[in-house]
Amino acid sequence: MTAPGAGLRVEDVVVLYRDDDGTTKAAVDGLTLAVAPGEVVALLGPSGSGKSSLLRAVAGLEPVARGRVTWDGTDLAGVPVHRRGMGLMFQDGQLFPHRDVARNVAFGLQMQRVPRAERARRVAELLDLVGLAGFGDRDVASLSGGERQRVALARSLAPRPRLLLLDEPLSALDRALRERLADDVRAALTATGTTALFVTHDHDEAFAVADRIAVMDAGHLLQVDPPAVLWHRPSSRRVAEFLGYEAFVAAGSPVGRALTGEAGAPAPDALLAVGPGSLHRVPDGVAATVRGAGFRRGVVELVVDVEGVGRVTVVEPSGDPAAALPAVGTQVTVRADPHRVAVVGGYG
Amino acid sequence: MASPLAPGTRRRRPTTATALTTTVAALALTACSAVGDSEPPAAEGATSSGTVVLVTHDSFALSEELVAAFEEDTGLTLEQRAPGDGGALVNQLVLTKDAPLGDVVYGIDNAFASRAIAEGVLEPYESPAAGEDAQRYAVDDEGHLTAVDVGDVCVNVDRTWFAEAGIAEPETLEDLTKPEYEDLLVVTNPATSSPGLAFLMATVAAFGEDGWVDYWTALRDNGVKVASGWSDAYYVDFTGPSSEGGDRPLVLSYASSPPYEVPEGVTDPAEAPTRALLDTCFRQVEYAGVLAGAENPEGARQVVDWLLSPEVQADIPEQMYVYPVDSSVELPESWATFAPQPEEPFTLDPEVITENRDAWIRTWTDTVVG
Amino acid sequence: MTTLTAPASAPLAYRRSAVRRGVLWALAAAVPLAFLTVFFAYPVAAIVGRGLVADGALDLSGFADVLSRPRTWRIVGTTLAQATVGTVLAVVLGVPGAYVLHRCTFPGRTAVRAFVVVPFVLPTVVVGVAFRSVLAPHGPLGFLDWDGTFAGVVAALVFFNYAVVVRTVGAFWATLDPRAEQAARTLGAPPWRAFVSVTLPALTPAIASAAAIVFLFCSTAFGVVLVLGGTGYGTVETEIWVQTTQFLDLRAAAVLSVLQLLVVGAALAVAGRARTSRERALELRVTQMRLALRGPERRAGDVAAVAVTGLVVVGLLALPLLTVLVRSFRTPSGWGLGNYAALGTTGGPNALSVTVWEAAATSLRVALDATVLAVVVGGLVALVVSRRPRSRPARRAVRLLDGVFMLPLGVSAVTVGFGFLVALDRPFGIDLDLRGSLVLVPIAQAVVAVPLVVRTVLPVLRAIDTRLHEAAAVLGASPGAVLRLVDWPVAARSLGLAVGLAFAVSLGEFGATSFLARPDRPTLPVVIFRLIGRPGAENLGMALAASVLLAALTAAVMLVAERLRAGSAGDLA
Repeated sequence: MTAPGAGLRVEDVVVLYRDDDGTTKAAVDGLTLAVAPGEVVALLGPSGSGKSSLLRAVAGLEPVARGRVTWDGTDLAGVPVHRRGMGLMFQDGQLFPHRDVARNVAFGLQMQRVPRAERARRVAELLDLVGLAGFGDRDVASLSGGERQRVALARSLAPRPRLLLLDEPLSALDRALRERLADDVRAALTATGTTALFVTHDHDEAFAVADRIAVMDAGHLLQVDPPAVLWHRPSSRRVAEFLGYEAFVAAGSPVGRALTGEAGAPAPDALLAVGPGSLHRVPDGVAATVRGAGFRRGVVELVVDVEGVGRVTVVEPSGDPAAALPAVGTQVTVRADPHRVAVVGGYG
Repeated sequence: MASPLAPGTRRRRPTTATALTTTVAALALTACSAVGDSEPPAAEGATSSGTVVLVTHDSFALSEELVAAFEEDTGLTLEQRAPGDGGALVNQLVLTKDAPLGDVVYGIDNAFASRAIAEGVLEPYESPAAGEDAQRYAVDDEGHLTAVDVGDVCVNVDRTWFAEAGIAEPETLEDLTKPEYEDLLVVTNPATSSPGLAFLMATVAAFGEDGWVDYWTALRDNGVKVASGWSDAYYVDFTGPSSEGGDRPLVLSYASSPPYEVPEGVTDPAEAPTRALLDTCFRQVEYAGVLAGAENPEGARQVVDWLLSPEVQADIPEQMYVYPVDSSVELPESWATFAPQPEEPFTLDPEVITENRDAWIRTWTDTVVG
Repeated sequence: MTTLTAPASAPLAYRRSAVRRGVLWALAAAVPLAFLTVFFAYPVAAIVGRGLVADGALDLSGFADVLSRPRTWRIVGTTLAQATVGTVLAVVLGVPGAYVLHRCTFPGRTAVRAFVVVPFVLPTVVVGVAFRSVLAPHGPLGFLDWDGTFAGVVAALVFFNYAVVVRTVGAFWATLDPRAEQAARTLGAPPWRAFVSVTLPALTPAIASAAAIVFLFCSTAFGVVLVLGGTGYGTVETEIWVQTTQFLDLRAAAVLSVLQLLVVGAALAVAGRARTSRERALELRVTQMRLALRGPERRAGDVAAVAVTGLVVVGLLALPLLTVLVRSFRTPSGWGLGNYAALGTTGGPNALSVTVWEAAATSLRVALDATVLAVVVGGLVALVVSRRPRSRPARRAVRLLDGVFMLPLGVSAVTVGFGFLVALDRPFGIDLDLRGSLVLVPIAQAVVAVPLVVRTVLPVLRAIDTRLHEAAAVLGASPGAVLRLVDWPVAARSLGLAVGLAFAVSLGEFGATSFLARPDRPTLPVVIFRLIGRPGAENLGMALAASVLLAALTAAVMLVAERLRAGSAGDLA
């Protein structure tokens, strides 16, 4: 139903970053990415990987040194920021300090000359959507961090942007709030059918919100895939490492075969990525030494050294409250759950 | 979905252009309001050449009625400018002689008269209105400057203080260096104050080129205090009735100062709280002249004549606090009683003043200030 | 479902609009620059040029001559010492004042705030007399033996400039987020430590701004130095005055003016560095706290700040002003309102050509014009300077522009005044003699007021996070709309203050005005100057009553400005 080239296309884009000493380097280095209408794509990468620069270039806040940014096939070069019809949400909200909550949310509608009554209706609707019904006349200075981000979200959604850009919108918040708000953002985006590009360095957040995840590193795109594919089939060791995989082992090697057992790997020359939850303790398996143990939210995490593999986290349900954690130095044997081991290199 | 970029919603909004236009308009308006509000309306029937510009010092003042009468009689509009005082005024005229500030100047005193003439600032004009009195003070034979008023700078005494202290009041310049008057005199700095310069010249006239430095050394050793300006000396250091906290009963001021300190109802000069020491005075003469390159030289000459007219001469003491040059003019009653003019004030040839003034001030500074 | 929105020719059109925007910004910088060039740089260059050109050729021998005089170095030393000590004291005393009067709430605050500005605009001749009567051997503070000393001069400089620090720093402090300091407290910092390591650095841009202004005012102070410094006390400013008006030694004056410019330039560079290195976007919000002087919430810092401020306001500001006030009620026939009744007359046997009320009306009208000019020009400068352009040359140009507009505060009034007379008969060869024009008076005052407007508005504009602009732009606000809807409402809070300061400065301006005055239309300070230059209790009394009137007008203007400010602050809530 959508034409090829519909939505956002970033083609071979280079964004330069100028240091204070005058030297320039490429923050985004020849990157290509497409976001289809209605799709939510997360840009995931460590800090300094260029994801924010890309986002700002799409918004028109940074000049594109090379390549094109198009929307529905139309080049956006030369289209000023305020005519791109996009929304942008900052890490710290950047609410207008001289406007109350409702007038913050109404800003974009005001820019579109939406009639007053319609504006008020839309503001109420958006505040309701983000769970802040009745907050309209509050001073923004009186809001908590989470509330400010909700207002920022409502503000950027209100004008119905054709593309919403979110720049680490949740990273300033505490963990519980972040998780809850990630779900809320996802729900809000889905409910409004908004196309979105979501920058984050937190993969949990990316998995929770995105239809597809684009992993960025040093100005390049490493992999773009739906969350499940990305998780199970990281395209490279670098991607796997960034997703939290801890150790790598060739499927055909003796220890690889021993870990995966009969189920085996899809191909003997595949590289397996092992991470938290990939291994569990079994009576007979590969020998490992416990290096640390801890209790986390209903599970027990054991850090073990697996011979020939390296240090891996074993996650087990916590059963008996009275049971003691294994002491450091205890010898255990482990085996991999084939569904929880990723195959690096795009097999499958 | 309604796109925010739908053509119908794209409207031009006020931008920097509008802001800038507003700014320029505001600047223009301000200019208009300043001119429109404040420029005096041109006199009836006066043409553009019917304006005469009088450059003067900022103490200049004459009764409004007199100015109005002058404008009516001559058909001229009198515009006044006061860019400075005393020496500053002459220096400004020198600097702007290629594009004169106005047509006629009033307020050049004898300390700077020769410089003004030597620098070619003035056009000669012998006013038929200048009587014998005015001619007594002529600076040169060509009539570059015409004397309009005179004033005497003299040491004033707080008589009450001396009466209470039981000390005899001093009379002469020499008296001021005597031990009984130690720490009692305050004068003003000749480099920053016009009476200060006049007093310096009084000492030069009294003791000669060879003696005045010694006199000042003696004054300094006798504890003379030097204030930067007249107000400061008179209202702070002087013990007189209108000052407060002062500790000096002898102050450099004018012969015309005492009447202003006389309480209401007092008519006997002996009861006046202050008096001027008439043997310590230096005569300042203020001149008027036609500026070289004047746009309206005829109007300028009319102004000079007018300043010498009996009406203006009579107005001068009340308005500008100096004596009219025309001795036939009747003085205000209080002046006649409380402000007698010295009979033989010190004077110096303007030529000599111009040649030596700067050197005197420098030497004075080195001697007294160190 | 999405529409193709931008027409094919859009990029070109947008590029054109970007070019147009560049042109408009250039124009926005050009208007104030043209103003400054015509009414400041050109006249100053003309008069300094006369001193450095002999027989049509540049003659720099004056430098060797003047610089080899020991006196020159003594007065340069005195000038620097006076300006430095005055600035340091004004800042040290003013920062607690800024806290108490702008960060805290207490009954009567608005009145005190308006009051502290009064000294700033009083004519120096009145302040000189008032100060000397306090410091003179028989005065209330005679025991300090400060009459005619460096200490006396510095005290007067602090008296004049205290308000600059309180206002500039206070306006900024009021918008500072207190949570950073609170965070430091929770991290175990004692209150003084939290203040020194968190709040003070955040205030640095405003303090540097204020210090730069105060330094310029102190190094070019004239009347008060002459009156209080005593004989032999010379500064570069008084020396330029003497050389120009008395000796007509333009060569020496020009050399000294160049020296003065160097000192001022160096001070500005230092202040600029302090500002930019510390400048950062701040969370803008107006935070007010109740003073806690008693009870369990008592804060030692508050007690100290209140004590310092109280001492300054009462001891330094109120004492000389009270002297003026009390003496204004003393008439030749005893205590009473006689001097005030006389304001409606041209005086008795004295030399006023207009009544004091008429002079006050002239002053108000001129000040109004000057304020409009100063706010428009200064506002444009602040706006342009607050931008952070991408290219380095543009950034440098913006910084330079900032410094250039401070220069009028650091150049002698006599240089500017004489420059006007020399240069503006045919400005740039145009046949338009501006010298006698009445427009020149408000313009001369505006030249002095512009830097104050810039310094008041700029820190607030600069504290706006760039991302706030970006957020607005992304939401569809054109650059013009961003200015109107983001910068303007935030800056408007400081604009009321800028208007008040500009108006107050214009009301009290005497230096440059005195060279342009027209005796038939004197301003209030000119009338006061004339009255106090005449002997007799009547004249002195009237001069003092007129000074009280000027002080009251100023305080009223500042109160109105406060109200304007409160109005727009309501917009923030």
